[in-house]
Amino acid sequence: MGQIQLNKVSKSFGNVEVIPPLDLTIEDGEFVVFVGPSGCGKSTLLRLIAGLEDVSGGHVLIDGRDATETVPAKRGLAMVFQSYALYPHMSVRKNIAFPLRMAGLDKAEQARKVEQAAEVLNLTDYLDRRPGQLSGGQRQRVAIGRAIVREPEAFLFDEPLSNLDAALRVGMRLEISELHKRLKTTMIYVTHDQVEAMTMADKIVVLQAGFIEQVGSPLELYQRPRNVFVAGFIGSPKMNLISGAEAAKHDATTIGIRPEHIGISQTEGTWKGTVGVSEHLGSDTFFHVQCNASPEPITVRATGELSLQYGAEVWLTPRQEHLHRFDENGLRIE
Amino acid sequence: MARAITPRRKALNTAIAWAIGLVIFFPILWVFVLSLKTEGSAILPPLDVLRAPWTFESYGLVQERSNYFRHFSNSVIIAVGSTFLGLLVAVPAAWAMAFVPSKRTKNILLWMLSTKMLPAVGVLYPIYLLFIRMGLLDSRLGLTIVLMLINLPIIVWMLYTYFREIPGEILEAARMDGASLREEVLYVLTPMAIPGMASTVLLNIILAWNEAFWTLNLTAAQAAPLTAFIASYSSPEGLFYAKLSAASVMAIAPILIMGWFSQKQLVRGLTFGAVK
Repeated sequence: MGQIQLNKVSKSFGNVEVIPPLDLTIEDGEFVVFVGPSGCGKSTLLRLIAGLEDVSGGHVLIDGRDATETVPAKRGLAMVFQSYALYPHMSVRKNIAFPLRMAGLDKAEQARKVEQAAEVLNLTDYLDRRPGQLSGGQRQRVAIGRAIVREPEAFLFDEPLSNLDAALRVGMRLEISELHKRLKTTMIYVTHDQVEAMTMADKIVVLQAGFIEQVGSPLELYQRPRNVFVAGFIGSPKMNLISGAEAAKHDATTIGIRPEHIGISQTEGTWKGTVGVSEHLGSDTFFHVQCNASPEPITVRATGELSLQYGAEVWLTPRQEHLHRFDENGLRIE
Repeated sequence: MARAITPRRKALNTAIAWAIGLVIFFPILWVFVLSLKTEGSAILPPLDVLRAPWTFESYGLVQERSNYFRHFSNSVIIAVGSTFLGLLVAVPAAWAMAFVPSKRTKNILLWMLSTKMLPAVGVLYPIYLLFIRMGLLDSRLGLTIVLMLINLPIIVWMLYTYFREIPGEILEAARMDGASLREEVLYVLTPMAIPGMASTVLLNIILAWNEAFWTLNLTAAQAAPLTAFIASYSSPEGLFYAKLSAASVMAIAPILIMGWFSQKQLVRGLTFGAVK
């Protein structure tokens, strides 16, 4: 069991309130991602759950028990850090066994569990090495191994992939998702990368300046962002946000349209513009088109085959059913 | 751009380095030479000193006149004792300052270090009177405590610097892994800080071993360490060069040998943090 509940949890450092009182429930077995720009309080929130920071107000409940005053060691949670935080003076084997040793398991049982975890994570050949002799990806696997051996109520991941290179990141992302499917243990994952959030999460919590902007499944957030911030943050490339006269035509302060929901034509359409930079990814092409409708260039996603000259004249047609409207407070208009 | 080093240049550099080394080492070398001469030949002009016959006579006389081993054991007890007593206080202090710093931590550290700038003689009388009152005068316990206090700021400061190099996340990981504070310090922090602790211990043993002001002023016969042993050979009636030299060699030899063997550790410890 690993249900985690935050009741009016808040955190201040001195006079600075980094997290205003906030409520959140994470169900048992859920993969929840906290995402937001740097400084939004997502890591702090994770550390409050871990017990590495004391809450300034409110309560943290783990499986219905009030854990607010419980020390990290007794919360039954395991954490994977961005810097891996392996014990440099211990072998991989000892690193993974450390939580078991702290729990007072006998040697044979420790060895059995370490072997098991090493097998799952492809670390068997490295058990007698020191962390310093491993690559970044291997180190991260050791950190994950150290977390899984103790069979925690929940896993906490603090930007675990940001120190890895791009190719490795995609691989580890899959491994962690795979692990979640197999273990079915609650996972809370902090990242600033919305692609990681979209691909891994059952539920995404979008944070900004300590506030929860929206909680929902990746598709809910993509299809029905609750406000301008979420609209702009979720999705890659970013949603085009247009204010002013064009938005007023739709009875809104701001309208949003995703690059994949705009038709591009050389003969006819709603907005006339000229092609700026094009980015060819092979599968897709992104055109940055300067239109009268918006002061900012509008990003359009087209098929990979389409090729247009720099400066070419084109017509854009936003698909009305995918148009998002926001009011003067930035909130979604249904 | 790398400058080409010609063999001639290299030879020159080596010669200069040796010359500087010799200048620094010369006084110790000369003391050693004098200790192997008779009292009569030790006061001759330098070249005649070298020509005079070599003898161990002074060492014998020194050991006869005063008990070297009692002084030696006093020195060991005071130097090692004060260092480990200091560690006992400094490890928790440095841990707190490095891992749970408050707004005042930096100021406290500076203030502690500033006490080292106080002229020791300024507090001699109060401490002397205190020692008389508490019956600590000429006792090894008293000296151990005083030297511990004198060197405590340095121990705390050094340990603080080493602890600061240890990433806090590793200690947090230990906490998440179920380690209690004791286990965290014992199994994670200490093993990682051992190189730093070792150089702190070495440096402080040396400092305590060489400390002369307090050891001379607060001891008479019972607790007198090797510093007092050397000092007893410089008397108002005149200096006995050979015996003074022999006493000095006997006093500095143990610490010199220890320093020699732990040189690597000491240099690493003292430049730690400065060069990464």
